[in-house]
Amino acid sequence: MTDHFIEDKTTKVNVNLDNVGERVDFNDLKSGGFIKQRQKDLFAVRLRCPGGRMDTKKLVEISKIADKYSKKGVVHFSFRQSLEILYVDYKEFRNIVSELEKIGQKVASCGPRVRVPTACGGCEYNPNGLTDTQGMAAMVDQKFFGTPTPHKFKTSFSGCPIDCARTKEMDFGFQGIVEPVWEDPLCTGCTICSEACKEDAIVSDPDTGKPIFDPKKCIFCGDCIRACPTEAWKPKRYGHIVRIGGKHGRHPMEALEVCTFLPDDKVAEAIEKTVEWYNANGKRGERIGNAIKRVGVQKYLDFMEPVFKHGSPVNYLAPGV
Amino acid sequence: MSDIKSNAQLDLRGVMCPINFVKTKLKLETLEAGEVLELVLDSGEPIQNVPKSIKEEGHKILEVKKEGEYFRLKIQKG
Ligand code: HEM
Ligand code: SF4
Ligand code: SF4
Ligand code: SF4
Repeated sequence: MTDHFIEDKTTKVNVNLDNVGERVDFNDLKSGGFIKQRQKDLFAVRLRCPGGRMDTKKLVEISKIADKYSKKGVVHFSFRQSLEILYVDYKEFRNIVSELEKIGQKVASCGPRVRVPTACGGCEYNPNGLTDTQGMAAMVDQKFFGTPTPHKFKTSFSGCPIDCARTKEMDFGFQGIVEPVWEDPLCTGCTICSEACKEDAIVSDPDTGKPIFDPKKCIFCGDCIRACPTEAWKPKRYGHIVRIGGKHGRHPMEALEVCTFLPDDKVAEAIEKTVEWYNANGKRGERIGNAIKRVGVQKYLDFMEPVFKHGSPVNYLAPGV
Repeated sequence: MSDIKSNAQLDLRGVMCPINFVKTKLKLETLEAGEVLELVLDSGEPIQNVPKSIKEEGHKILEVKKEGEYFRLKIQKG
């Protein structure tokens, strides 16, 4: 069976180049984002949509372009939040790319490099959101998109422990958390926080109704803070749980937690240094999770210490009540 | 605990999320700012969700009393 991905495997891809002359620019193909379909001459064109967010004016323009170039008039919302224009004739790559460029829309990339980050809605409009996942995704896309790595490198941002963006399945994932602190004088003993905590980390004192906190059970979701009517529970600090080495595919792996409460302004450094480690230690075609298994997670943690020291260790417990 | 006088009452026992919150919202709309709504909510999901939504919309929870399997709340319109 011929490989149906165009990049890195160009020799195997079954594309008829007769009578097209110079209309096909292989640099366009190499940048990735053009995925050979099973139908002869037809490709899916994957757009670069960090965090799955798009402004509506652009979406209208993309619809027109998709309508013009998709032979079947269909698009697909991919699992990684990008929009793919299907059934595009490879002879028209140049035209579609230049039309997309005119409206400021870039084509995504595939293959062994940092991919477009995915993200949930996060704190901008999601009630549970603790971190600005969309802002983070835009930043990472801008700084790191396309950086070469031994194999694909997928990142994502979830705004809270519900983890809709599945950071546990990413090469490198960031999940928002908040550390709750409690102030006795403000507490009226109403017991709402113990009802609000879904982790049984808070039980109410049978006499006073005030919270008894078990830090070992707390997953830093902030439900207690949001539910408390008197602000007796407050946010002490926000940050990210950092996870590495997850993937799905044929042989799924769950990511390892390597840092907690990493602040927003250290995320870029964490990615930069991790990509550096990966390029120095990973074998060609090896996902970072396997590289870490082979080399040992401690080696990675030692390397990352200058960045991760700005957060807290994995076994960190909130001081509590 | 002081007994705060309420201007309106709403018993939401047996009413599911998010209908209970929508009903609360509609009721609050009939009140003037500063007036108080007394609310009865089931434990479990309703008490996990409704108070935080009320706070998010800028109202104040003045009082909460647990009465067996349900909660009695006094809410001041923001
Ligand atoms: C030019 C190269 C490639 C292209 C264009 C490509 C395209 C795609 C697409 C379209 C998806 C679905 C993602 C989505 O819905 O957002 C995907 C997922 C996936 N691809 Fe690729 N791919 C490429 C290279 C590879 C290679 C070389 C491998 C394996 C050795 C691979 C393994 C996977 C796996 C396991 C998934 C699903 C799970 C995941 O997201 O990790 N891909 N790829
Ligand atoms: S991960 Fe949390 S913040 Fe993000 S969409 Fe899910 S519930 Fe909302
Ligand atoms: S932050 Fe911790 S204590 Fe508060 S609701 Fe979440 S798990 Fe419970
Ligand atoms: S919700 Fe707030 S006021 Fe009520 S018991 Fe918990 S900490 Fe005290």
